[in-house]
Amino acid sequence: MNAIDLADHPPLLAVRGLAYARNDEPIFGPFDLVLDAGEVVLVEGDNGSGKTTLLKVLSGLLAPTSGEVLLNGAPLTLARLAQQVALLGHLLGLKLELSALQNLRFAVGLGGIRPGITPQIALASVGLEGFEEQPLRLLSAGQKKRVALARLLLVPAALWLLDEPYANLDREGIGLVNRLLETHARRGGAALITSHGAYAYTSGTPRRVNLRGAGTVTDVPAANDASGPDPA
Amino acid sequence: MRPGSSAAACRAIVVRDLALAWRRRGDALNPLLFAIIVVTLFPLALGPEPALLARMAAGTIFVAVLLAALLSLDALFRSDLEDGSLEQLVLSPHPLALLLACKIAVHWLTTALPLIVIAPLLALLLYLPAPVLPVLMLALVLVTPLLSLIGAVCVALTVGMRRSGMLLTLLVLPLLVPALIFGAGACNAAQAGLPFAAPLLWLGAWLALALVLAPLATAAALKISLT
Repeated sequence: MNAIDLADHPPLLAVRGLAYARNDEPIFGPFDLVLDAGEVVLVEGDNGSGKTTLLKVLSGLLAPTSGEVLLNGAPLTLARLAQQVALLGHLLGLKLELSALQNLRFAVGLGGIRPGITPQIALASVGLEGFEEQPLRLLSAGQKKRVALARLLLVPAALWLLDEPYANLDREGIGLVNRLLETHARRGGAALITSHGAYAYTSGTPRRVNLRGAGTVTDVPAANDASGPDPA
Repeated sequence: MRPGSSAAACRAIVVRDLALAWRRRGDALNPLLFAIIVVTLFPLALGPEPALLARMAAGTIFVAVLLAALLSLDALFRSDLEDGSLEQLVLSPHPLALLLACKIAVHWLTTALPLIVIAPLLALLLYLPAPVLPVLMLALVLVTPLLSLIGAVCVALTVGMRRSGMLLTLLVLPLLVPALIFGAGACNAAQAGLPFAAPLLWLGAWLALALVLAPLATAAALKISLT
């Protein structure tokens, strides 16, 4: 039996036999994964191996072809998602005409806010102090990404699904992502991040999962010394 | 972890879309200018006889408003889809139909309301008899939200396609033509001294139905478009 049955509380995210096919053409899977609170898992795979599609399925945007996704032990549906998942994709979901602050205020209105933080504090903690009122169009790609990261800080969601969070970021930005991930894990959150191989998560060793496209069963390497609570 | 209320989410959407409309106010004025140009071209082409123009006034204004609405519809969800905002809307914990209803309301406020405001001026340009003007205004107030609501469903269906302009027009026109017929029909009836309440009541009933169903249909269509 697997860890799902051993844990006395259901894991944050449990994925069993998950597969997705577009027009009968398999994109990835079958894919198994158990993600507990306090864990960060890095999904690796080449371009086109289905990492982005995997995150979309896990966020509920796409319905899987087969298999199931359990969020806190309950099957995932878009209607049930309420407040549990934050997705940061290639498209950042920010309006270029509006300022960073306006964008974040909108995100807070839409998704709620964690206690003890404001959009200004969030912007300062991603290193964008002084850029609050600038229209996003005037910011660089990396700075826009930082605004999107500030959104993750603000909106309460236990599970972060980050698609290539290191793209467009400088060395300091990569360090920032790692700090955010660490803090999030320490507060009992979990994160699934994708990367096409350039391995940037340096602090601690997150579990790595390999996504090799359709047809291959994914392997979860034994290098599992994440700081999260071990169910075993 | 405190989830925000749905009311806060609706307010956030209204505030953001109004701010966006203000930033893109050149685009927002496009339908208005278009309708004014269409209406002013008619007297130039047909000649300035008041009797002829008065007979055509209501119909001309309705056609201009409908075409202007078509012009503005395509942009309703386009930018949200392209920058990923739509995904964030779908993933938010609030009912998508409610959020979309707010978006549609802002679209109506920014594109249709200016048209209603200048309608008396257009009516004056075309010698519409003064007693018919209240009927025209009432019909426009009922028809323009219908255009936005029905249009939103069709836009949601086609927004996933790259070049959806032509398809959108084909899809949406047959659905909007009845609104045109009833709206202009009420004005024509009033102009001929006939009772005009029935077409207006029909429009009202239709609007009530669309207010309830169109956001739900838009939400379902958008989820399909996202996959």
